[in-house]
Order: sequence, then structure tokens, then C-alpha cells
Amino acid sequence: MANQIAIGAVEPGCKKVDPILVADNVTRQFGGLTAVNVEHVEIPRGQITALIGPNGAGKTTFFNLLTGFDKPNTGTWTFEGKDLAGVPSYKVARRGMIRTFQLTKALSLLTVIDNMRLGSQDQPGEGFFGSWLRFNWKSRETQITAKADELLKRFKLDAKREDYAAALSGGQRKLLEMARALMSDPKLVMLDEPMAGVNPALTQSLLEHIKDLKSNGTTVLFVEHDMHMVRHISDWVIVMAEGKIVAEGPPAEVMKNPAVIDAYLGAHADTDLGDVEIGSAKEGN
Amino acid sequence: MDWLNALNLTAGELIGVYTAAYVLAALGLAVHFGFTGLLNFGQAAFAALGAYGYSIATLTLNWPWWAAVLAGLAASGVFALLLGIPTLRLRADYLAIVTIAAAQALRYAFSASDYASVTGASNGLSEFGESFYSLNPIPKGRYDLGFTSMSENELFIRIIGWSLVVIAAVFLFFLTRSPWGRVLKGIREDEDAVRALGKNVFAYKIQALVIGGTIASLGGMVFVMSSQTNQPSTWGTNFTFMIWTILLLGGAATILGPIVGGMVFFALLMFTQSVMEGLVKMGWLPFLDIAQVGQIRFLLVGLILMLLVIFRPQGIFGNKKELQFNG
Ligand SMILES: Nc1ncnc2c1ncn2[C@@H]1O[C@H](COP(=O)(O)OP(=O)(O)O)[C@@H](O)[C@H]1O
Ligand SMILES: [Mg+2]
Repeated sequence: MANQIAIGAVEPGCKKVDPILVADNVTRQFGGLTAVNVEHVEIPRGQITALIGPNGAGKTTFFNLLTGFDKPNTGTWTFEGKDLAGVPSYKVARRGMIRTFQLTKALSLLTVIDNMRLGSQDQPGEGFFGSWLRFNWKSRETQITAKADELLKRFKLDAKREDYAAALSGGQRKLLEMARALMSDPKLVMLDEPMAGVNPALTQSLLEHIKDLKSNGTTVLFVEHDMHMVRHISDWVIVMAEGKIVAEGPPAEVMKNPAVIDAYLGAHADTDLGDVEIGSAKEGN
Repeated sequence: MDWLNALNLTAGELIGVYTAAYVLAALGLAVHFGFTGLLNFGQAAFAALGAYGYSIATLTLNWPWWAAVLAGLAASGVFALLLGIPTLRLRADYLAIVTIAAAQALRYAFSASDYASVTGASNGLSEFGESFYSLNPIPKGRYDLGFTSMSENELFIRIIGWSLVVIAAVFLFFLTRSPWGRVLKGIREDEDAVRALGKNVFAYKIQALVIGGTIASLGGMVFVMSSQTNQPSTWGTNFTFMIWTILLLGGAATILGPIVGGMVFFALLMFTQSVMEGLVKMGWLPFLDIAQVGQIRFLLVGLILMLLVIFRPQGIFGNKKELQFNG
């Protein structure tokens, strides 16, 4: 597996056979604190990559930087070979890189179906002048709605179609946010703790959805604390600690890496990480 | 007490020119606040720019009515851009502060004696309606509507004012139900989420500010056209807060709300005023005189606004369900 994804030695910052996202020298300081300090990282195309690390490691901040929601102090990165540094967040999304948020952002006073519709792109009716004439956007709206309904069904939210998003449970909102992110068929989805707060009964189907994404050719990068999930679905694992990439590799090997065990879980240093459920860490920052 | 007179006056307010003017401004504010979540506390300034744009274009530049209307619309549109471009990338409260400040500054500029030859300073401008009223096809005379009667020009401006309300309402009805309107509501809920879905949030906010502002400027034009006088004192913060009261009374994220809210609001003001005046005349309110009644009714505005926010924050037409989950 490792040889299919990486070129040469498997080590932090190693080259990939076919990277979709390449970041160099990305740093972000908050006052005196260096939240992110990534020298080089490549995200493999078409694979499921997990970004793990203890709370405060800088994972969310790194997501924010890559997607244009925050500005780095230094750094450049490319998406599909094109420079992406300094590109505003909405244009990042239009290029096919869609992220979700650790603190779920369901649009509370919009219905579930409208939340979904908003995830689509290329709706001429979203332009001010384009919106005036219904026939100009009606057929696209029908397509969008069909797609939204299909996704809602897959995520078992179809019964909530007409409800306000505010009426959903925390786990359902996570699902909605993820389903909404898929409306535009992104090339890369970045999920920030997609499992946090999701009912265990749904976790399994969520895992299946993520695997489905891969089989449809979508690249997935996700932050997760649940080691079981990480081991179960990821092809590649990148470990951050104190802003840096400290390890990467295939899941089974990374979880045996002493540096990872040390950085991630001092208290459980003698356990295989794959056997640990870190429930208490789930809602962290 | 003359109840019939009180009721007639109240009914007159339902179709009043000022009611239509405020309703237009409130419809504009619904686009800003109700649909997009923009906190604009300077709606009076947008209306004022419509009024001054029209009256200055007519009196100083001698433009015909239609060019003067365009001048009023353009003035408020440019004002929206000037306020929006620097603030709409920042947090929501920046717009709130800037709109309050800019509205005050604008009012002082209009009352300043330095520009008196153009603005009329604190006396304002008057007699700028000739080009507009020359369009009036209604024959000269008095028109009796039962509860009130009016001249042909008074009737004309009422028809124009309320037609503009209907046009604006229909326009906004379709606009807010389109995908464009859906993006606005998304921005109201969480602009970062909408950004993450690939929408240019800043552009939408600018569009909303300009559209709501220009609709308010139509209100400003209607307001000054009925008496053909435009005074800077009209456009104070109380104008803005009456618009807010109307909007919250009717329901902020609705189109019918500001219309019915405006009618109810002015009818209520007139009704309480006439009843209180009646009671004063009968000696039942010995602590008040007639002049004070006119003032006291504005106490009522504050009271209505407070009671609304406490007991019915969604307004008359707002969706109860939307609010239940508002946590
Ligand atoms: N806006 C901010 N201002 C100041 N410090 C921040 C900010 N955002 C994150 N941090 C700090 O940066 C570090 C990394 O945070 P974060 O990226 O949220 O970590 P993770 O997602 O890996 O748990 C933490 O120490 C956090 O406190
Ligand atoms: Mg985080």
C-alpha cells in the first residue's frame, strides 16, 4: 500500500505518486504561539487521508489556511498543480475543494432541503439578474433538488426534508453538513471531525459514505480522533503535533510509531492506538 | 367624544402617503436585515438621499421628474456602495456603527449653512413637485372616499406611493423565493458556511445593501412629494427607529410583514392620538394638554417595540416555528 501512495522513504513530508494538494512552508502564528508550521506535505489523490493529532495540534487551523478562511504568516500551496495561496475561500470551493467545519455550520433557519440546494454550484438563479426569470433557473433547480433528495436519502435525512436545520440533532447536523458539501461533486472534501457527536449507529453508515466517495474518485482528507475509524477507512495517515507534521504513513504502521504514540497519547503509551477509543477527546478544539 | 372622527382619521392612515413611504423604507430594511442579516441603523439616510437627490436634481439642475427619480436612486445606491465596500468584509457590527454614524453625518451636512444654496440648509427645500404633478391625469377637484377627502394631487401621490409599494413587494417576493434569495438567507444564518459552498458572500451583501437602500430612497421621494417639502429634521434617528418598529411589528423576514406592519403602526398611532385628544377635551386626562398628546404617542412607539421584542419577536407574519428553535 505504502509504495502505491508514497515515493521513496515513508517519512514526514514525503513525496506522493499523485498528489492533489501540495503545501510548502505554511506557518501561522497567534501571538507568540505557532499554531501551524508545516514544512512540506502532499495529499494523495483519490485516497482517504486522515489527519490526526492531539487537541491544539493545529489541524483545524491548517484546514482554515488551506481553504482561505485564515491567512498564513508564510507559505504556498497548490491544488491540482495550480497555486491556491491567497485565493478567497469561495473561489477555493469553486475549484472543487470543499470543507466542513468542526463546529457544525448548519443554516438553522433554512429547511434541510434548502441547505442542500445551497451546496450546488452553477445555478444561474443565484445571480441577481439571473434570478428574475423563473424559466432561467427552474430546470437547473429541478436537477439540483433531485440530487439533493438522493443525497438526503443516502444520509437518512429524507424524513427531515422540510424541517428547519435547527430542529436536527447535533449528529444529524454533521450529516447534513457533509451531505451539503457533496452537492457540488468536489474533487477534494475536507472533513473536520465528521464523527464528533454522531450517534454510533450512524457511524458505520457514515464510514460507508466516505468509502463511497473514494470509489467515485473523490479525494478525502479528514480530521478524526476516533482511532478505530481512522484505521478502518483511511489509506494514509498524517500526524500533527504542535503545528508540525511528525509522522505519516499507512494507518497500521503509523499507529505503531513510537513518536506518534508519544505525541498523541502519552498516557496510553503501551497500547496499540488502533485499540483505543478516545471518546473524551472528541469534542476538543 | 367623536368616535366616528377618530375612526375616519385612523382609516385615513391606512392609505396615507407617509404610511406608504415608511412601508417602502421598511421593505428595504427587510432585504437588509430580515433576509440578509445586515444591521442597518441608518435607513433614514437612504430615504433622505432619495428625497434630496430628487429635490436637488429638480431645483438646482432643472431635471425632469424621471431624471430626478434616477438621481435619487443613484444617490442612495452610491451611498450603499460607500458604506458597504469598507465594512461588509468585516464583522456585522461594523456596518451597524457605520450606518448610524453616516446617517447622522449626512443629516448635519444637509442642514449645514455652507451648502444652503443647494440644500436649503435647515429650512430644507420646497416646491419641487411641478414636473411630477404635471403628470397627474386626475381632473382637478376634491375626491371623497367616505372616511376622508382629498385633492387630485393628494390622490395622485397616494396612488403612486401605494403602486410603488405593490411593485416593490412583488419584485421582492419573487426575488426572495429565488435561488438568489436562498443565498441571502444562508448568509443571514452563517456566512462562513455559505462561503465554504463557493458563494461570493461579499458581493451578495453589497447587492442586498444597494437594493434595500434604493427601495428606501423611493420611500424618501414619496414622503417629500406629498407636501413638496424636504427638511433635514425629517431624517433623524427617529425615522430609522420607526422603520425598525414597523419591520419587527410585521415580521422581518417577510414581504407582507412590513406592509401590514406599517399600516397597523400608523393606524394605531392615529387612533391613540385621537382618543387621547378626545379624552383631554373631555377633561379626563387633566395632566395632559393637546400639544403633549402628539409627543406622548411616540412614547408608545418605544413601548410597542419593547413589547414586540419580548412577546412576539417574529412579528405579525413571522413564522413561529422559525423562532422556536432560535437557540
Ligand atoms: N483564532 C485563534 N486565536 C488564537 N489562538 C488560536 C486561534 N485558533 C486556534 N488557536 C490556537 O492554535 C492552536 C491550534 O488550534 P487548532 O487548529 O484548533 O487545533 P486542533 O484542531 O488540532 O485541535 C491551539 O493552541 C489554539 O488554541
Ligand atoms: Mg480542531
